[in-house]
Amino acid sequence: MKYKPYGERSILIEWPQKIDKTTLNDVLNFKKALQNKYAKQKVYINSAYCSILISYDTTINNIYDRISDIKRQYSKEFGHDKSTYNLWRIPVCYDDYFALDLDELSEVKKCDKSEIIRRHCEAVYTVYFIGFLPGFLYLGGLHKNLHMPRKAKPRLNLLGGAVGIGGQQTGIYPHDGPGGWNIIGNSPVDLFKADQDKPCFAKAGDRVQFYKVTLEEHQKIKALEATGFYKLESEVIDD
Amino acid sequence: MIKVLKTGLYSSIQDLGRPEFQIYGVPVSGVMDAYSAKMANILLGNNATDAVLEMTMTGAVLQFKANTLLSISGANLNPKLNDSAIRMHTVISANTDDILTFGQTTKGLRSYLAVAGGFQTKVIMGSRSMCRSVTAQTTLKLNDELKIVEYNPYETGKNASVKFNNDHFESSRIDVFEGPEFDALNHDQKEKLLNSEFSISKENNRMAYQLEQVLENKLEPIITSSVLPGTVQLTPSGKLIILMRDAQTTGGYPRILQLKETALNVLSQKYTGDNLKFNLIPYQ
Repeated sequence: MKYKPYGERSILIEWPQKIDKTTLNDVLNFKKALQNKYAKQKVYINSAYCSILISYDTTINNIYDRISDIKRQYSKEFGHDKSTYNLWRIPVCYDDYFALDLDELSEVKKCDKSEIIRRHCEAVYTVYFIGFLPGFLYLGGLHKNLHMPRKAKPRLNLLGGAVGIGGQQTGIYPHDGPGGWNIIGNSPVDLFKADQDKPCFAKAGDRVQFYKVTLEEHQKIKALEATGFYKLESEVIDD
Repeated sequence: MIKVLKTGLYSSIQDLGRPEFQIYGVPVSGVMDAYSAKMANILLGNNATDAVLEMTMTGAVLQFKANTLLSISGANLNPKLNDSAIRMHTVISANTDDILTFGQTTKGLRSYLAVAGGFQTKVIMGSRSMCRSVTAQTTLKLNDELKIVEYNPYETGKNASVKFNNDHFESSRIDVFEGPEFDALNHDQKEKLLNSEFSISKENNRMAYQLEQVLENKLEPIITSSVLPGTVQLTPSGKLIILMRDAQTTGGYPRILQLKETALNVLSQKYTGDNLKFNLIPYQ
């Protein structure tokens, strides 16, 4: 692991450059230990696939001393420690109305649309972190047969909730806007609620599974979500 | 209350942003030039966290619907109160129905208007900063009514003014630290990066400033990791992108430099065609 100063207010901790669940566990358990250690200070601790960024509101004096402090909080057990997380079940409508690129994906992969949907729903995805856009979940675990390069020309106006495949990743666009992923469906769930204390239901380390809903069910859920009464299915899992 | 009669080119309410919400992918946001915004707040005895109005290049026209004290710092957009020119970096009292006009910039890019007690617009996730995908509004709209606190100016704090450091607009020096991937650069790249003059391309906004010149590059992208306002990214095609306050929270381009906080403020006052030179300072 490497510890690097990152500007006058931040320190970056880096693991070997790879994406896997053991690294994620290590990252998240170290993050938790740091959050506890610095609970009383104004510190922002953010993680990604294989890194943690610790930022302060003011300049860090003696940044290398601070790095030594932080190093001491690490335990070799973190990667193997147990973790508790939520498994969220997210409705997705794969109807042609939303699935702009499902036909193309089916052709390229020589695979029935129903089989693509089955595979997309079968996998349990890991939430590595939230980034890129408010409420955008970086999910790992997409079936190899569903990997598909991003579109050469991004679309300018995707619908919020659009479910797409970009390279080895799948994800949901939280807001209307441009995007280059292959769109295979749409989720009626609001991924980012700016007016709530906890604007995203999921957090790094959680798991996500998609399930298929019809166009009618999509509309119903969307309407219910707008009233604030929709509740996502989830269960707590002790690993 | 303050009514918006003209919005100006790009005007938004900003405070010090939402750093604690980066874990949800929320941009830090906040005032682009924290030095000038702080100046405007200090003059009024406000808190550093109070919200100000940030105006860009061409200012707004505002009508007061309450008595208040105001101060203006940052770029000089030729402010006038009821058609009379008013001074920058000075406490000024405004009364109900007074009209505050801003024109075009003569120096700098971003101007800051503070009012006594700060703007009282809606707080979303601990901040009043307007930001795309987070707040309903990204910029001011015509006829917006901005809430302020009623203030009775029995004491106008006359002559209260501060010395504004003009180097803030004139210096082309941008202080930087090594970024996490600085060491991946080869000798020639480092040499060129730290000894050439760069200029700001027309792609510059609250999210990022792209530079005109390229730095020949063979570095591979990194696995997506955290970025910060002030991070200088190097793209595979050699473009240099300096992330600003509304930047994404994560990115996959090598992070070769990190601007000092004060340099981020200095850069915020520059625009298309302005020159800059990176000045590397060591970590302590």
